This record gives sequence, structure tokens and C-alpha cells, in this order.
Amino acid sequence: MLLWENIVLAINSLLSNKMRALLTMLGIIIGIGSVIAIITVGDSLTLSVSENMQSMGANDVYVMVQRKSEEEEESNIDGVKFGSFNSSEGMTEDDYLTEDMIKEMCNKFKDDIYAVNLQYSAGQSQIEFGKNTANVNVSGVTAGYFITNEISLVSGRMFSGEEFSEGKNAIIVSDKLVNKLFDGDNRKALGSILEVNVNNQVSAYSIIGIYEYQQKYAMGMALGSGDNVTTDLYMPLKAALSLTHSKNAYPYAQIITKVGVNSDELAERIKNFYAPYYRNNRVAEVNAITMSSMVTMLTDMLSTITLAISIVAGIALVVGGIGVMNIMLVSITERTREIGTRKALGAKNSSIRTQFIVEAMIICLIGGIFGVILGVGGGIIASHLLGYPAKPSVSGIFISLLFSMSIGVFFGYYPANKAAKMNPIDALRYE
Amino acid sequence: MSTIIKLENIVKRFYEGQENELEILHGISLEVEEGEFVAIVGPSGSGKSTLMNMIGVLDRPTSGTYILDGINVGDADDSELSEIRNQKIGFVFQTYNLISKTNAQKNIELPMLYSGTDRNTRVKRAKELLELVEMGDRAKHLPEELSGGQKQRVAIARAMANDPAIILADEPTGALDSKTGRLVMDLFHKLNKEKHKTIVLITHSNELASETDRIISIKDGNIVDIKEGKKVKNENTNISNENTGNNENNENNVNNNIIETLNNDNLENETTKQNEEIIKEINVKIDDSTTDESENDEKNEESSNNQNNENGE
Repeated sequence: MLLWENIVLAINSLLSNKMRALLTMLGIIIGIGSVIAIITVGDSLTLSVSENMQSMGANDVYVMVQRKSEEEEESNIDGVKFGSFNSSEGMTEDDYLTEDMIKEMCNKFKDDIYAVNLQYSAGQSQIEFGKNTANVNVSGVTAGYFITNEISLVSGRMFSGEEFSEGKNAIIVSDKLVNKLFDGDNRKALGSILEVNVNNQVSAYSIIGIYEYQQKYAMGMALGSGDNVTTDLYMPLKAALSLTHSKNAYPYAQIITKVGVNSDELAERIKNFYAPYYRNNRVAEVNAITMSSMVTMLTDMLSTITLAISIVAGIALVVGGIGVMNIMLVSITERTREIGTRKALGAKNSSIRTQFIVEAMIICLIGGIFGVILGVGGGIIASHLLGYPAKPSVSGIFISLLFSMSIGVFFGYYPANKAAKMNPIDALRYE
Repeated sequence: MSTIIKLENIVKRFYEGQENELEILHGISLEVEEGEFVAIVGPSGSGKSTLMNMIGVLDRPTSGTYILDGINVGDADDSELSEIRNQKIGFVFQTYNLISKTNAQKNIELPMLYSGTDRNTRVKRAKELLELVEMGDRAKHLPEELSGGQKQRVAIARAMANDPAIILADEPTGALDSKTGRLVMDLFHKLNKEKHKTIVLITHSNELASETDRIISIKDGNIVDIKEGKKVKNENTNISNENTGNNENNENNVNNNIIETLNNDNLENETTKQNEEIIKEINVKIDDSTTDESENDEKNEESSNNQNNENGE
């Protein structure tokens, strides 16, 4: 029997029972829709996160002090868990890199290292000015920080060499903070004195520059938007250290490599360089990774998360498939007499089987098409809400449609076969 | 004229080998000639439905042979049985059994669809058949939009789709009022006469059965009686006129009846080689006698045509 006739037959059968067909399809629609939506959002995230991180300098090497892992197998970069960035638990300032240790490294690798940026996060602070308040992260930075992080000033000036070396009380704030505290009046802001309170250590600083706030991304999530966001407040490193009466010790250093240096290899060498310093340290050790390996790590992780959620959504699809099977079983019971008649008219078992498999496939295909529309729409909306450009995956759509059709075949086969094997006499007599 | 249905010693048992084993047909032998219109009558539970299933190749006999239009049905597998039903048999059911949500024309196309006929031929043939059953203006109507009689006419057209060797009608007027039932019966007579279709009518109505060439009565799984029908050839023919010149024919039928009953008795009691030989001899006799009968049939048709013409004038 011709395929086209079967398709027409299946569509007629669905149209004759629209509500039931829709409810049956719903499982498939939701299943396919959620898979597509998740893939769309996942792809968009992966793409923009990697683009974002690449732009931050793929060849930079990040040196950080972190907790010693239980296993000694630290050479494998993929073994580094993202969570370990923050696992400073049990570490003290004594475990951090000292200025001397950084200088020694610079001397040792002077052919490879262009500059070293140090950053010290003093902590969070709420700044009051007049009636207004704004939340900030207080960061002490070195000269290269603004270049490598592509922070550009909209007003005022950079820290001078003297301010860096002497640790003067000068700060650079975000335009958002200016909006909040000075109603966006840059002139009024520049030169104003702000009191910064970190852990009850208070000092006064004068604003010398205003930078343009850029939305930050971490772990694939956009961190805040709008005017209430917590922005970074920068001051010379030494000023930040003195604010909290901290030692000259750093948990973290960003190394900018010279052109043509293999940063992955340098990272490995730096790690080995610091290994003797921490041999007797029970808590901490030094790890060095490059941005490109971090990007790989992050995208791998995002792909894994996407896959995992897709599998969960895929379960919805399987449940939908079972729904299709269920309704096909009901349908063939209802149409027992029709099946008997068809057999009496000369339909072979295979014709009957094909008829019902095609019907199940059509249900799943139409459900799949609706699901794709829903999924792409949902994915685009979700991506926009998260602030990313949407990127619907064409291959994902095709695979989903094929998959939904194969679900139709898989879950349609049993009912169809049951119909095909009906005894024509019993089927004809069925009331 | 040749034998189109040849049942030989057909036995059907259900639940074979189990405690509740049930023998429905006890060795039925029956022959139907091409172009014959026979009725199978019997009370419910007599086994006539089972016999119909056998003739319609919907079921296989437990033992015995069935040769339909020269094909030994016993040798066929499921797929071949489907093909035989498709090509050789046109079913007409009491409950019409049109496929719902499918218009009249598509219903008629269905058997041709299963035989792989191309679209143009299917459509052309379906339209011809709709004209034949005088339903040409209802081609696009769905079954639920048709009356019972109209549905049955579509069903008859569908049965004719692949130009089958026999039309097997199971209580075709059972669900119709007597007037529409009459129209349907007239249609069968028309097909029998104009298209020379072999028609096997299963009914419990002796009245309808009496219109056919031959009435085969079944009781308790045996053929108990075979008699000549009144032979109403078409609605214009006066039934009483039919009997003229049929004496010889009637005699033949009487012989037939005797032989058939003899035949059945033999089969029922024992099946030795001797008996089988006797059956063969008898069958030869039946063949001879039916040839005579068919010659008579032709004469009858001629005479009735003449009568029609006379009536028309």
C-alpha cells in the first residue's frame, strides 16, 4: 500500500479526533520542546561565554593558591574543579604568594613574562554619600590590571606610578556608582572624597577616575544588571592592603605572557617552580592555568550540563512516547472492526502494521514540529532573558525530529503489530 | 461454466485437543458453479457463519480441501490468503462495515489499494461501480451521511472492486427494512444476471433464499437439504412464469439433493478409502448434472428475457 495513502489516512484519523490527538501529542511537544529549548540556551551560553573569556586574553596565565587536593594528581588540568577557585577554606595569608616569591618567578621566567597583575580583594563595602548608598567590591590592583581586563575610563585619569608605588588613597569607581551617588554627574564625582568601610576598617579616598561598567559573566550567568548592581571599586594594591592591614601576600596573580610564548607550557613550569615552596605546606599549593584551558573547561562543563538536562527532558519524550503507544492501543481496539474489514478486503498483515506505524509516526512528527516551534521560541526568549544572543541549533532540530519519528516507530510498533496479528474473524465480529 | 467453489469434506473444530473441543462443521462438501446464485440458510448456531468464514478464506478448515477458482486454499499462507480474499472474494456484511471518515469512493478504492492498482485506474473503476449501484452522486459522501440502504450499495460496489470470482454476502439485508432490503436483493440479482457474478448469500430468511438458484440448508454443521430456488431473475419478472420448462431441472436438483445427503451421511460415519472412491464417483455425477442445470439456466434466461420483452410490449 502506498505510503502517501497511509499518511492521508493517518491525518484523517487524527483530524477526526482532534482533542485526543492534541493531548497525545502534548507529551511529544513538551519533550521535544524542552530538549530544543535547553540545547538552544546551552549553545548560546557556551558560545558567548567562550567568546567573552577569549576576549579577556586567552594567553594569560593565572597563578592561584588553592587548597591541596586530596589526590596528588594535579598535573592534569582537567582535574581542576571550578569550585576550587573559592576553596580558600583553612588557608591563611601565610599561605599566599609573597611579593618575593612573585619577583623570583618574574626573574626566572623573564623571557616569557611581559607583566604580572596582582589583585587583592579587600572585601565588600557599602558606601554612603549624602543620602545615597552604593555597594562595591573593593579591589586593590596593579598597573596592568586595567589593560588586561579592558577597562576603559569615561572620565578622570589612571593611577599614577607614584600612587601605585606609594599606595596613595586614590580610587577609580564605576559609572553606575556615579549614577547612584552623584546622579550621574561625573564632574561632581571626580575629586570627591568617599569613605570606604571594609570590615570596620575605614579610610577616605578621593575619586580620580570613572570607568565604564560592563556586565560581568561568571559560570555562564550574567551577574546582575540595573542600577543596584555591586560594582568594583579600584584602588592601588598597596592602599587596599593597608586598608585591611594585610601583609603583602596574594592568593592570585595574572601573568601576561610575551608574544609567541606557549602559555600552557609556561603554566606548567610556573606550577613546578612553586611546588618546592609549598612542599611542606599541608593546606595549600599553587596552581597555574591558562584562560584557554579555562574556556575549554567551562565549555566542556556547560556541554555536560546541557546534555544532562537534555537527558532529563528526553525522559519527558519517552513518557510522551508511552502516551502515544497507549492511545494507539486504544485506537486499534476501537477500530478492531475496521481492521477486520480491511483484512477481509485483502489487507496483508504488513499493510495493517504499516498503517498504524505511520499513524504513530505522524502523531510524533506533528508533535515534534510543534515541539520545535515551542522549543526554539522558548530558547530564544530564555536566551534573551539571560542576556545572550540566541543560537538555535539546526542539527539539534533535525535530530529531535528524527528522534521523535523513531519514537513513533518504536512505540507504534507494538500496537501496530497487535493490530496486524488480529484474527480477521474475531476482528469482524468485535462489538 | 466451471466449478468456482469446491469444498470437500470440510471439518472445523475449535479448541482442538482441549477439553472443550468443539466440532462445528462435520465434513461439508459443496460445489458452486460460476455464475450461480446460491443461498446458505440455517438457524443461528448451525455453523453457517463458520462455513461462510471458510468460503471467505477468513479461516482455515481443520481438515478437508477447499479449492476456490482453481486455487487450493489449504496451501496458502496468511499473506496469500489476504491476496485470495483481495482478488477472488467480495465481502458484503450485514453491518456494511464501511470505513468511517472515508468517503464512498475511497471505500470502494480500498480493495484496489491493497492490490496495488494505480490511482487513475482506481478512481475510474470506483466511479464506474458507483454508477453501477446508482450512487454516482454520492461519491464524496461519508458513510455517516448515507442511509443504511445506500451504505450497503456502496459496500456491494466495494465488493465488486477487484472483479472477484465470488461475492459473499452475510445477511446483507439483515439491518435494513424490507423495502430497502428488496432494493439490495435486486442489486444482487442484477450483478448475478448482468455481470454473471457468482453470489453466495448467507441468510436465515427462507423468503430471500427462495429467490436464489439453489438453497443450501445447514443444520448442526451438516448440509441437510439442497433445493431449487424460485429463481427471480429481476424485479420485472413474474415469478410464476419462471417455473415453465423447469421440470427437468428440478429433477436434477432432486438427484443432487439425494447425492449430497448421501455424501454427507457417508462422510459423517466413516472415511475409508472405499467411501472416498464413492464420493469421487458421486462428484462426477454432480458435475454432469450441474452442467445440465447450467444449460437449463441459459435456456431459462433466454425464455425470461423473451418474457420480459413481451411484458415490455
